Order: sequence, then C-alpha cells, then structure tokens
Amino acid sequence: MGLATLPALAADPIVLVLKGNRFAPNAVTAPAGTKVRLEVRNEDATPAEFESHDLRVEKIIAPGGRITVLVGPLKPGTYKFFDDYHPDTANGTLTAIPTGQ
Amino acid sequence: MLASLLIVFREVLEAGLIVGIVLAATQGVAGRAVWIAGGIAAGVLGATVLAVFAGTLSDAFGGNGQEIFNASILAAAVVMLGWHNIWMASHGREMAQQIKAVGVEVSAGNRPLFAVAFVVTAAVLREGAEIVLFLYGIAASGGGGWPMLLLGGALGIAGGGAVSWLLYRGLLAIPIGRLFQVTSWLIALLAAGMASQSVALLAKADIVPSWGFEIWDTSWLLDESSIVGRAMRALVGYSDRPMGIQLVAYLATLGALVIGARLVNASSARNTPNVSPVAE
Repeated sequence: MGLATLPALAADPIVLVLKGNRFAPNAVTAPAGTKVRLEVRNEDATPAEFESHDLRVEKIIAPGGRITVLVGPLKPGTYKFFDDYHPDTANGTLTAIPTGQ
Repeated sequence: MLASLLIVFREVLEAGLIVGIVLAATQGVAGRAVWIAGGIAAGVLGATVLAVFAGTLSDAFGGNGQEIFNASILAAAVVMLGWHNIWMASHGREMAQQIKAVGVEVSAGNRPLFAVAFVVTAAVLREGAEIVLFLYGIAASGGGGWPMLLLGGALGIAGGGAVSWLLYRGLLAIPIGRLFQVTSWLIALLAAGMASQSVALLAKADIVPSWGFEIWDTSWLLDESSIVGRAMRALVGYSDRPMGIQLVAYLATLGALVIGARLVNASSARNTPNVSPVAE
C-alpha cells in the first residue's frame, strides 16, 4: 500500500487537560475522514484512565503524565470520552465534522 | 461505592473468566493448582509493579509503551494457548480416558503447565494494574468516603470471583470425555480474541494499519462496554466496532489453532494405534 493511499493525518494533536477531575476543554471538534491524534495531559495528583467506547481507547495516564492516541478516520458524529476513574465529572465529547463538501 | 464496585467487578470478571476456562481445561492434571495459583500470584505482583511504573511505561517507545507492552503480553498469551491446544490435541483423548477410568488426577508428564500459568499471569496482570491504580487513586485523594469506596472494591473482587467460579463449575458439569473438546474450542476462541485485541492496540499506536477503523457497528445489539459485552470480549473476543485488521487476526488465529489441532490429532492417532479411539 503506497503512502498516497493513506488518509491524511491532521497535523497538530488535539490537547485535552485533566485537572480537578475535569477535562478542559470538554468539547472539541476534529475533521472527519482523517486520522486524529489526541493528547491528554493529567495535571491531577491521582492516576486517570482516558477511555472512550466510541473511539475505542483505554489508556492509563500517570499523575502529571501525558499520553497520545491515534483515532479514526472518523465518520461525522459525536464521540464521548471520559476518565474511567471519575466518569461522573471527567467526561466530554469529540465531534467529527465533514470537510471539503 | 457502587461505582467502585462496578469498576473492580468488571476487571476481576474479565481476568476471572479466563482463569475459569484455564482451570476447566486443566481438569484432572496433577500439580495444576500450584501452577495456576502461582500464575495468579505473579499476576497480582506484576500488576502492582506495573502500576508503580505506569508513567515510565507510558513514556517508553515514544509514548506507545502501554500499547506495545499490552500487545506483546497478549501475543505471548496467544502462543501459549496455541501450545496448550496442540498438546491437548495429541494427549487429550487418552487423558480423558485415564481420568474417567481411574477417577483420579493424571500425572502432568511433559504437559506445558507453564503455558497455562503464563496465560493466567497475563490476564491478572492486565486487568489487575487498572484495579491497583484505581484503588491507589482513591486512597491518595484521601477525602471522606474512601472506606466506602474500598469496601465497594472488595465487594467487586468477591463478585467477579464468584461469577468466574460459576463458569468453572458450569464447565465441570460437562462429562470428562467431552470436556476437553469444549475447552479446546473455548481456548481457541479466547486466543483469537486476544490476537484481535493485540493488533487493535498496535493499530492505535500506529504501528500496524487498521484496514478500516470501523467495519461494522453492532453496539445496538450488544454494547461492548456493558458487563455482558465485556464478558463476551474477554471470552470470545467480541468487539461491537471492529477494525479490519482485528478480523484478519481473529480468523487467522482461530484457523491456525483449529487446523493445527486437527493435523496433530490425525498424526497422533496414526502413531498410537494401541489406544482405541473413543466412540463419538
């Protein structure tokens, strides 16, 4: 498979910060149809688990740590994510928006 | 308390179902209790170490440490399960006959008990690290109410263990002549599911292509995040929105194990004509 056939990768990661067991921002958008890189920083003193059934991500973040994950290419729509250890407060959405048309 | 009960229950159940199948698959083998208990102990110890080094692991391999570590563990477990199944294909029949005739444990011989112990360790390690971190987070955040959360965690461990025990007891209701056939299939499905989860992790880290991020969506039928969905994922590798590469890994592993066992079974039947085949 040639490189040209791979879907374009959005250049900059979308950054989410966990602080006080909340995501900031807690609603982000991304282009549909391309791979999207998410960076999650945990600024709390306790571990977190960044999880999304919609995006199929489940990744532990140490206190003060950061992780990146690659998702997509996504269909247009809204994708929920949360911290599995504090799902009541730490949750948010990623909305994939159609591009080009 | 309910939230911490659920999270711990879920993780213990996922590891426990695997241990239940392994226990049933090694029914009647002398010395298996020591190996499996050792596997669980090694898993718990490993989970604690893993939790302590979670940050270091995350940063390894350019930020893909967690994925590469988990994918490697799963891949190794798939190999161990394959080894077990091939071994069973050549010895399962005579073992079942011996157990039935003598009604006691048979000697393990050159049985790869190490392989099943490793699978148990891998299952406990993966799910256990999440529990350790979760409980550590509760303890570290201090705040009122954490004794209740820890109580919830303890109840979750008990509940997950109890359901896994029921699965094991249920499998034991199968007559011994059939038991190893059933557990061979369960182990083949378990291995295929692990292979599929392993490549999904690698695709998430951009190490292998996904060959389609979402081939179908059956979350309306069975949500993978529900308790039943999670149990099915642990047992047979259910995914409500699989990637293309997961399907390929699943079918390739299942095919390799089933065909491999058939071949070994056929050749061992030829080489040991003095063992009369069980009527089927």
